[in-house]
Amino acid sequence: MMSRYFVDRISRRLVLCFGTVAFLILIFIAVFILKGSLPALEEVGIVDILFGTKWYPSHEAFGILAMFAGSVIVTLLALVMAVPLSVGCAIFLAEVAPRRISNIARPAIELLVGIPSVVYGLVGMVVLCPFIAHLSGTGSGSSVMAAAIVLAIMILPTITSISEDSLRAVPTLYKEGALALGATHWQAIHHVLLPASRQGIVTAVILGTGRAIGETMAMVMVIGNSPILPANIFAPARTLTGNIAVEIAAATGIHESALFVTGLVLFILIMIINSLGFIICRRKND
Amino acid sequence: MIKFSPRLTQKLAWGFTWAMGSVAVLIMLLIVGYVLVQGLPVINLDFLFSSPEGGLAGEGGIFSCIVATLWLIVTTMAILVPLGLGAAIYLSEYAPDNKLTHFIRYSVELLAGIPSIVFGMFGFAVFVLALHFNYSILAGALTLACLLLPFLVRSAEEAMKAVPSSQREAAMALGATRWQTVTRVVIPAALPGITTGIILCVGGAVAESACLYVTMGGSAGMPTSLLSGGRTLAVHVFYLAMETNALDKAMATGAVLIVIIIAINLITRWVSRYLQTRMKGGTSYGV
Amino acid sequence: MEFKMQTRKLEFYYGKVRALSKITMGIEEHQITALIGPSGCGKTTFLRLLNRMNDVISGTHLAGDVLLDGQNIYAPQVDVVEVRKRVGMVFQQPNPFPKSIYANVAFGPRMLGLNNKAKLDEVVERSLRAAALWDEVKDNLGKSGMLLSGGQQQRLCIARVLAVEPEVILMDEPCSALDPLSTLRIEELMRDLKTNYTIIIVTHNMQQAARVSEWTGFFLLGELVEYNKTGEIFQRPKDKKTEDYITGRFG
Repeated sequence: MMSRYFVDRISRRLVLCFGTVAFLILIFIAVFILKGSLPALEEVGIVDILFGTKWYPSHEAFGILAMFAGSVIVTLLALVMAVPLSVGCAIFLAEVAPRRISNIARPAIELLVGIPSVVYGLVGMVVLCPFIAHLSGTGSGSSVMAAAIVLAIMILPTITSISEDSLRAVPTLYKEGALALGATHWQAIHHVLLPASRQGIVTAVILGTGRAIGETMAMVMVIGNSPILPANIFAPARTLTGNIAVEIAAATGIHESALFVTGLVLFILIMIINSLGFIICRRKND
Repeated sequence: MIKFSPRLTQKLAWGFTWAMGSVAVLIMLLIVGYVLVQGLPVINLDFLFSSPEGGLAGEGGIFSCIVATLWLIVTTMAILVPLGLGAAIYLSEYAPDNKLTHFIRYSVELLAGIPSIVFGMFGFAVFVLALHFNYSILAGALTLACLLLPFLVRSAEEAMKAVPSSQREAAMALGATRWQTVTRVVIPAALPGITTGIILCVGGAVAESACLYVTMGGSAGMPTSLLSGGRTLAVHVFYLAMETNALDKAMATGAVLIVIIIAINLITRWVSRYLQTRMKGGTSYGV
Repeated sequence: MEFKMQTRKLEFYYGKVRALSKITMGIEEHQITALIGPSGCGKTTFLRLLNRMNDVISGTHLAGDVLLDGQNIYAPQVDVVEVRKRVGMVFQQPNPFPKSIYANVAFGPRMLGLNNKAKLDEVVERSLRAAALWDEVKDNLGKSGMLLSGGQQQRLCIARVLAVEPEVILMDEPCSALDPLSTLRIEELMRDLKTNYTIIIVTHNMQQAARVSEWTGFFLLGELVEYNKTGEIFQRPKDKKTEDYITGRFG
């Protein structure tokens, strides 16, 4: 029988190895995507890829600006809809709703997190797009607007639950202090609770933004996937994520490498957004 | 600007938050309700137990997709659970407060934020192409395990950190080694949290599509080994919606997914409540 | 005279802060030694050094020796797990595992590789009897240890320690979370146990020290101010600070 001391020593090394796996995966992802990107960056040139507005792989045109714009516009539009809705929801769940109601509403909203993104995409295709087509009078309805609405719903639970947590984390003393001075409940929320949990809410929005930028399949299903700068919010567009998903299986050579550049841009964008969130989150803990 | 009295402002604000709360719940009910109402009537035994036949009409059922999903979940969990628990044990029980630990923790956080399609791209380059697994369940499972790793590490680490240090001290004062303390005291006490984390990862595997779409391929055939391609239920919804006219079958598959997700939610609640009462000594144990 | 345990010029630091300064002390075998003093005086820190429980706190270091049967337990070749097996510990808050009473007591022996059911049964019964808990729980060994009363939980923790057959038992204010009746039972138990074990108890209840111990050490601000036979300390303290403390003038 192996002695328990031997087992202890072996397992100590083993869990250290396992502990470093996350770090290694991160490095591997960065290296492989960078390596995949190099041919296109060399051949086409970094400026032409990043700022080119034309994506015609069959004509060797690999500008990803339209997709970059697509991702950013859809995300911003989704945030405009989702932030008031989610923060309102968070206040509702944390402060306003009677316990009986919030105990039903919270799991109901949290269920939205688990629903597969293809189901959102499907409902968007079947219900939302025809509605938008009817509204705008042109096309199939697959558009920036449809994508933004779907995305807003998808990030709603993320922002709501983190904001609610940070609202609940404010010591009751603060609120009671305001109430004792004759403030209404809403004044206490507005002047005490919201400022005190501001950082948590900002972190929630940043995490929601990260999720929105990264969403793929639902976007592919409702945005129309044309690799052009959208003329207005009822026009089709394409996201960075969608660009990869739609084309990678069939791509070879420089085309494939250009898709890796798309991934690289996405990777860097997410790193910046999440580092921001991480910094804000940490400042809160200090 | 009009100045309202505090009382009126409060009424307006209450109206606003009630409206937002109701809208959110309503959205959930509409989406879930719509998919279930449209999808459930299409589901019958034939649908569940026949495989997709391809083609524009999207004939056939979802049997091979169910099988592929199950294969994928089992393979993914076989890779993910030991890795994730090992890493969580390291971070919670062994990691000294130094640069390396700081890096590891930071990379877990960053990894959690990377989009699924970027993992997919990585998996495509490494597992599908470089390692010659081709489009396969194995490539999908490896990619998915990387994607879910940070979530499992975080939830398991949190659960282990919540075990009071007095429990560890008790074991150590009895002459337990570090490892014995971990396996006989910390993990049993953290089991509700760890189990919940694992079940949520299963839910994530069921719901995931983007990274699998580019690593498992779209073959709708019945998988015969880990190296055969496959189409999970979620990816099948995508194919049906984008490449066939069978939107009713897409809805039906979506309904199956929603039923699974709701079931997983309920199981999670039930399991963590059951294990917690057991932990507090609500029921007796065998000796 | 040979001491069971002995410290020589023991110093302990949290970072740069010195928590203990040059403690030299000998512990008599098969007797009860009480450590008293106001909160924060270092008595618990000192106790935890006797079975290396402070090893797990990062950013600390020590100087000096701790001897067990004449051997330094901090020497590099000594295995910490072995030390803790020989020097057991009972904590301030009863901390049974969330397992059955049986599994709590069997924890130590099982860890050492004992899996024979009959032998385990025997160890569990003997330990629970020695901890004066057997009669109360013998019909309910499958019940969770967490469901016992506070006093019973603490006796369960003592039984758990006894099951690994230590030579020395350290007790860190074992009664501070208990009611007076449970406290008396634990004190009785300590007097029974000293025939087979050497006991060191930290307490800030001076009556308790006077009732149960043969030897008493008075700690103040990380120093061992006075160490003597319990009767001497309480009736003829040599140091003014000791006298002030035991007559209740501070602390």
